[in-house]
Amino acid sequence: MRLYLKFVAMHLKRSMAYKQSFFMSTLGQFLISFSAFLSMWFLLSRFGTVGGYTLGECMLCAGVTLSGFSLAECFFRGFDRFSGIVKSAGFDRVMLRPRGLMLQVLCDDIEFARLGKLIQSIVMLAWGVARSPVAWTPWRALVLLLMVAGGTVIFAALFILYAALCFFTLEGLEVVNIFTHGMREYGVYPLDVYGGGILKFCTFVIPYALFQYYPLMALLGRTEHWFLGLMPMLTPLFLIPCAALWQIGVRRYKSAGS
Amino acid sequence: MGRFHPHLSFFRMQLIKGLQYRTAAWAGIFTQFFWGFMQIQLYRALYAAHQSTFPMALSGLVSYIWLRQAFLALLNTWSYEYELFDMILSGNVALELCRPVGLYGMWFARNAALRVSRAALRCGPILIISALLPAPWGLNPPASWGAFAAFLLSLILTLGVTCAMTLIVYFSCFYTLSSQGLRTVLDPVTEFLNGAIVPLPFMPAWLSSVLRYTPFGAMVNAPLRIYSGDIRGMELTETLLLQVFWLAALTGLGWLIQHRGLKRLCLQGG
Repeated sequence: MRLYLKFVAMHLKRSMAYKQSFFMSTLGQFLISFSAFLSMWFLLSRFGTVGGYTLGECMLCAGVTLSGFSLAECFFRGFDRFSGIVKSAGFDRVMLRPRGLMLQVLCDDIEFARLGKLIQSIVMLAWGVARSPVAWTPWRALVLLLMVAGGTVIFAALFILYAALCFFTLEGLEVVNIFTHGMREYGVYPLDVYGGGILKFCTFVIPYALFQYYPLMALLGRTEHWFLGLMPMLTPLFLIPCAALWQIGVRRYKSAGS
Repeated sequence: MGRFHPHLSFFRMQLIKGLQYRTAAWAGIFTQFFWGFMQIQLYRALYAAHQSTFPMALSGLVSYIWLRQAFLALLNTWSYEYELFDMILSGNVALELCRPVGLYGMWFARNAALRVSRAALRCGPILIISALLPAPWGLNPPASWGAFAAFLLSLILTLGVTCAMTLIVYFSCFYTLSSQGLRTVLDPVTEFLNGAIVPLPFMPAWLSSVLRYTPFGAMVNAPLRIYSGDIRGMELTETLLLQVFWLAALTGLGWLIQHRGLKRLCLQGG
């Protein structure tokens, strides 16, 4: 942990060395998710509701999904860039060092400019908190925190999955982007908007609904079952298969470069 | 082998190069199917609750979404060739200047070919499969033969306008050296304003009526709405004329930036 904090400090210093470029990229990241905000605002101010949810409720949902995504993207960036490490045989070097493999990949890159998205999502979250009809209690605030944390866990697990697949394919698989960037884009609306089939997929195959749909129902008081609010606590379970695949990948890793 | 027109052979070279990456294309096709499907699901949810205020026919909107996915590479703003940026930065652009062809025309042909080759691989499967999908999800036939002809014409004009826009970004590099800043701000803004994310009719009326007359309205918005007959009659003629106007204006502007940039160009590197 101490080592990790040192790396965090190092990457922070590195990005601060080029201040102008740092702020420019942060602004760019901000703008990318700003269009998600604008399109939601346009559609909902025209139609009033989507799938029965108002603008405030959707903002709340979008804030949670985007915060989870940007936190995971910032700190698990090393896994996102992993295909490069494998392709250039940089992983050989990683394996020679007397530290955990995951920790090293984790420390490989932390991109603070990605937090531009986080600022954006916090704004959306704040708007959602202010505009949604939720009566805030300590319990509900806790649920909201759990949702953001659960989102970070799910997206982090997906980044690990993406990296694990690189052991088998060498190339990064663009298809996996559906599940990370696709979810960032479409997960801004509560998942049942897309119909029951998608909701089932997002519960049993890739459990986005654990941090998004179910606790949101508890938050908005649309369900009797208070325990749905605790669903995000189940998200670490999804880490198990992803980490297992990573382990298998490490075991059958053959160096690729010269 | 006959003698090709130089621009045509640049186009051909780039086309062959782009057609090499098949696996990437299949992965891309799959991804685009998923994105198209999710978007349709969202709009269907909106349509179910607000039929009377829906600003486009649902069938037209579904076609809009599929055509955008099919021709994504043709219409998006971010199809850059990073080699060209490097060329300006490393000074290799001098080699390009030695060629007996104008820089603007050559790079225009390269960018157009890049887009066409990417789109050629992907549009077939997406168009065929989406046309076979059952009623609410499938791609619908064009409104009429006339609409289809106008769609094709407009699609070509859009390709031109989009390439001209890309070239302006390339040549702005002569002044700023790094295009990163410009791209990170310009791309998301263009992508939003040209209706690639939310079609223009779904935007607030004041905004869409302004955007119609800007270059943004002359991009992806035009052909995709012409196809389903959402733009027709007088509006159709007007839209096509606007596209021609913006193609000429942006090409002129790009050429001017290039011309002035080359005059004061100081080669980088040794």
